[in-house]
Amino acid sequence: MSSNEYYSLAVSHDEVDALTLTLVGDWRLQSDLPAAIVIQRYLEEHSNTQEIVFNSIDITQWDTGLCTFLLNIIELGNSHNTQINLSGLPEGVRRLIGLASAVPQFKQTHNSKKQQGYIEQLGQFVIDGTKGASEALHFIGEISIAMTRLLRGKAQYKPNDLLLIIQDVGPRALPIVTLISFLVGLILAYMGAVQLQQFGAQIFIADLVSIGMVREMGALMTGIIMAGRTGAAFAAQLGTMQVNEEIDALKTFGVAPIEYLVLPRMLALILMVPLLTLYGSIVGMFAGMLIAVFAFDVGSFEYYTQTLRALDMQQVFVGMTKATVYGVIIAFAGCWRGMQCGRSASAVGEATTSAVVTSIVLIVVAASMLTIIFQVLGI
Amino acid sequence: MTALARTQVADNAHIKLHDITMAYGDVVIQRDLTFDINHEDIFIIMGGSGCGKSTLLKLLIGLKKPSSGNIEIDDVNFWQSSLEQQGKTKQGFGVLFQSGALWSSLTLAENVALPLEEYTKLSRKQIEEVIDYKLSLVGLAGYQNFYPSEISGGMQKRAGLARAMALDPEILFFDEPSAGLDPLSSRRLDDLILELRESLKTTIVVVTHELESIFSIGNNSVFLDAETRTMIATGNPNKLRTDCPVAKVREFLNRGKK
Repeated sequence: MSSNEYYSLAVSHDEVDALTLTLVGDWRLQSDLPAAIVIQRYLEEHSNTQEIVFNSIDITQWDTGLCTFLLNIIELGNSHNTQINLSGLPEGVRRLIGLASAVPQFKQTHNSKKQQGYIEQLGQFVIDGTKGASEALHFIGEISIAMTRLLRGKAQYKPNDLLLIIQDVGPRALPIVTLISFLVGLILAYMGAVQLQQFGAQIFIADLVSIGMVREMGALMTGIIMAGRTGAAFAAQLGTMQVNEEIDALKTFGVAPIEYLVLPRMLALILMVPLLTLYGSIVGMFAGMLIAVFAFDVGSFEYYTQTLRALDMQQVFVGMTKATVYGVIIAFAGCWRGMQCGRSASAVGEATTSAVVTSIVLIVVAASMLTIIFQVLGI
Repeated sequence: MTALARTQVADNAHIKLHDITMAYGDVVIQRDLTFDINHEDIFIIMGGSGCGKSTLLKLLIGLKKPSSGNIEIDDVNFWQSSLEQQGKTKQGFGVLFQSGALWSSLTLAENVALPLEEYTKLSRKQIEEVIDYKLSLVGLAGYQNFYPSEISGGMQKRAGLARAMALDPEILFFDEPSAGLDPLSSRRLDDLILELRESLKTTIVVVTHELESIFSIGNNSVFLDAETRTMIATGNPNKLRTDCPVAKVREFLNRGKK
């Protein structure tokens, strides 16, 4: 018979073949408890065992450790057709075991844990993708309807809200736009200047920086800043309103959330992103001038006139068009992700993340497409 | 509704549900729901957790479309009527959401004001008077300039009620009014609900599983069952408690005692 400091096994053959398990000492989780496998081996060797009886008089202390051990034994007993007689256990243990086995285990497997094959995963991906695309189209449709209603003066929104949002997305973003545009202008100037200096053509830093900032980088950097700053904020605001049932509350009063919440945000970004881009481009060009003047010996007046020669309204038009498109993208991604947010705190986090990711991806895609289109058109 | 019109509604039903099935995608939540909610009822929608009480409420306030069946409000089929008609019907609803659902960027006064500004031609001064009156009805006079985050959960609920009552609705809906409230606050809210029915003659629909509330305010009810996915009892909850033929309902209403 096996035994150690925690238990000893004894077999009795009074009326039926019974195994008596004598438990002694400290049966606590922290102590190094024996595993039920010993009992399993015994049951396998003695398949005629009909009952397991416990003797627990010498148990000094017990906690969860004893209960999990006993539950294992009970499971063993079920699979070996052996009766488990709990009457020899402390009363508290018996009650806990009774409680733990009162409700049968839930058998149905959890959906999300189902293992999917690669083809199934691909299928699911395509289904989710088309669903997402049709939802996005639906949202674009709703926004278009809201815009038409706005033009006809029928949209339900508060002009005051629009002003507050404009203040939040425009003037309050100035410091960060200043900083980033200044640094980007500086980088552009340095990068070009080192090459241009080899030909003694430092004066063309002005062309490089002005066209680079106005046509491309100003809008791109502003777009990315606004995606992180404002797109995320929109998604979080609308997502939290969704969680709080605030959007449902609007609907029950017959107020369309698209007009009341999405429209002012959309308008604010369409107005503010081009303005911030214009401002950022000027800051970038100024940074370029500082580099040209102080590091590469270009006269400041020369730089100024060269900049004027390089730029024309066409460049500004290209930059502003891009900025407007980015504004639409950021507002769309932020509001869409916010409106389709689920009903939990983690859903708000997901909405915010995907708003930023969606808008940055779309901005970069739009940037390259617009660049190609403008090249083809020769603008 | 005028007195004449009301007498014409022979069976006095304010809301009629006929063979409603509600589902999320392919998952049926409840089916075969047929019952009437009468004028001036305090109608309780009850049942265990996850049986679809809140979904049914969403259906009644027009936020969710049933997969099949009809809802008639004042004998108008809601989902078959025009969008304008639906909007008009919805203006007759006041809803108190589970968490209050106050618009967090607006003060209490602005919360109550929003529906008034959207749907009435009242002057600024009149609106302010209405706000003061509605807030004082729910015991929140003087809190006009507080933001929802600055007041307690019970106060948020009462403020939500003030907003729900802004347009003098014909039907008031409550989603779990006593959830998260201490016994005294929830008792006070129950008293308020009774008082509103008596004074304003409003039809009131309450989703709850609080037995205290069910017995003290409800005069009619429907019991939704999570297992069979349909209604298994309807009637006055005080009578159902002893006389309901379905054991499960009696057990529920007696807190598990058979």
